Amino acid sequence: MSKINELFDSELRVINVGLESFSKELKMQKKAVVHVEWKPVAGGNKKLADILNQLS
Amino acid sequence: MGLKSYVKKNSYYDSVVLMQVTKELKKSGEIDEVIVGMGTELNKELAGNLGLLTDELKEITANDFFVALDGKDTVDMDEVLVAIKELLNKKKTSEDEDYRPATVKSALKVMPEANLALFSIPGEYAFDEVKKALNEGLHVMLFSDNVSMEDEKTLKDLAKEKGLLMMGPDCGTAIINHTPLAFANVIKPGNIGIVGASGTGTQEVSVLIDKFGGGTSQVIGTGGRDLKEEIGGTMMLMGIDALEADEKTEVIVLISKPPHISVAKRILERVKKCKKPVVVDFIGGDQEMIRSYGAYPCISLEDTAHKAVALGKRETPGDFTGFSMEERAIDDMVENEVKQYSSSQKYLRGLYTGGTLADEAIMFLSESVGGIYSNKPKSPELKLEDVFKSKEHTVVDLGEDEFTIGKPHPMIDPSNRAERMSQEGKDDEVAVVLMDMVLGYGSHEDPAGEMLESIREAKEAMAAGGGHLTVVASVCGTEGDPQDLEETESKLKDAGVILLPSNAQAVKFAVKIMNRMS
Repeated sequence: MSKINELFDSELRVINVGLESFSKELKMQKKAVVHVEWKPVAGGNKKLADILNQLS
Repeated sequence: MGLKSYVKKNSYYDSVVLMQVTKELKKSGEIDEVIVGMGTELNKELAGNLGLLTDELKEITANDFFVALDGKDTVDMDEVLVAIKELLNKKKTSEDEDYRPATVKSALKVMPEANLALFSIPGEYAFDEVKKALNEGLHVMLFSDNVSMEDEKTLKDLAKEKGLLMMGPDCGTAIINHTPLAFANVIKPGNIGIVGASGTGTQEVSVLIDKFGGGTSQVIGTGGRDLKEEIGGTMMLMGIDALEADEKTEVIVLISKPPHISVAKRILERVKKCKKPVVVDFIGGDQEMIRSYGAYPCISLEDTAHKAVALGKRETPGDFTGFSMEERAIDDMVENEVKQYSSSQKYLRGLYTGGTLADEAIMFLSESVGGIYSNKPKSPELKLEDVFKSKEHTVVDLGEDEFTIGKPHPMIDPSNRAERMSQEGKDDEVAVVLMDMVLGYGSHEDPAGEMLESIREAKEAMAAGGGHLTVVASVCGTEGDPQDLEETESKLKDAGVILLPSNAQAVKFAVKIMNRMS
């Protein structure tokens, strides 16, 4: 079975990154969701972010 | 008070929170210009354009929150700052106390069985974050736009290699396992699976399927560019494979703007081999070509829903082109509107929040009424010189970039459309305003309520000049949606709005008025 079909047969569990309203709406529907307190990597400094991304 | 700014270093707030703060500040009526945002280069440029760029702001980064405002001398900046801080604190304390990880990797420690990541961060940061999520084995929905075609291709190729969904970028609508994600409606479970490359097109079809007594198994979004030559339809092809293998899906619906010819052929070759019936709406695309591959072509989004529901019941689908009501009753309604117009009234204005619904309106109106000016016209000579000002027959998609820079999408904040409605009411050459009203998760909690004042204002302005303004709309929503569908419809009817059951019918009603006048 493909991974997408496995997803269709599983309980949806969401990691939400960005707009908090999307997390709240999933919670309203009693769905499993973890909200990531996202901030731009390296304060939005692209060069530094690239270096950090390579390390992680 | 003059020009003032306030910076809070290393504090990130998302765009919806920022919009709420802006709205509250503007409510006071004491502030002339305000910009609230994160210190991105774009926001700093916007602040500059508004004459709000202070020296303090020049130094900030994308991680710093800022407010810059200019107001009346009577305004005490300290008081404003206290109010802003209170608003932001309120946002923080009203949240629950759940642990909030800072990265997807740490979120996976909290929820190791997570299977999908939904991203709505600024597009410029999306690529790195999404790539990490795919590498962690997560299916992805990427709501953000402003991601390059090249990055989209790389992400989709990676997803394909791993067998994962990569819905987006710019994917606004999906319903996975009956859970609406981002902008989507609550649709009854059923045997119709959808793969959609256009957000509100997918919303309209799924809502109408629900209305016609059908239901959906899965609704997969691909993002608007999936069927472009550069991407090649990767996600739509994977979606078809998954729906064909899915036991709960008996009918497959594909929705997209007309694809690149090579991609259309690739998709239709796959459709030809599909063991399940496939309904294809390449909005305005080549119907004969679709039919020649054994699929069911469609005339409108409504026709798409009709055909899918019929096939789901193992009935033979026919074309739906007319109205749900008796044509005679429709003609009486048209007559009743036309007789109230003044001699100067002759134009139509479409004010849309849903992009695909605007496309559908432009398509039908161009065929039946003629040249439609727009911010995304059918041909270049019909491009509006100033998108903020209508010309002759005009249909605008208020969700396009030129309207949303520094502002949320009009489905979240309908204030831009309300302003435009009032503006149209002052133009004595306008006879009809056509609009959509999109409900569902993601959308404003009361989009109809936000429009009422401006509809009344526009109608009164027209009546004061001896004319009559017809407002025609359709509501894209179901009884299960978080907004109250019945209340939405009665509010609009009470304000004198003529409601039709679908966008296609609303447009056709407007066409009838225009044809009757000419």
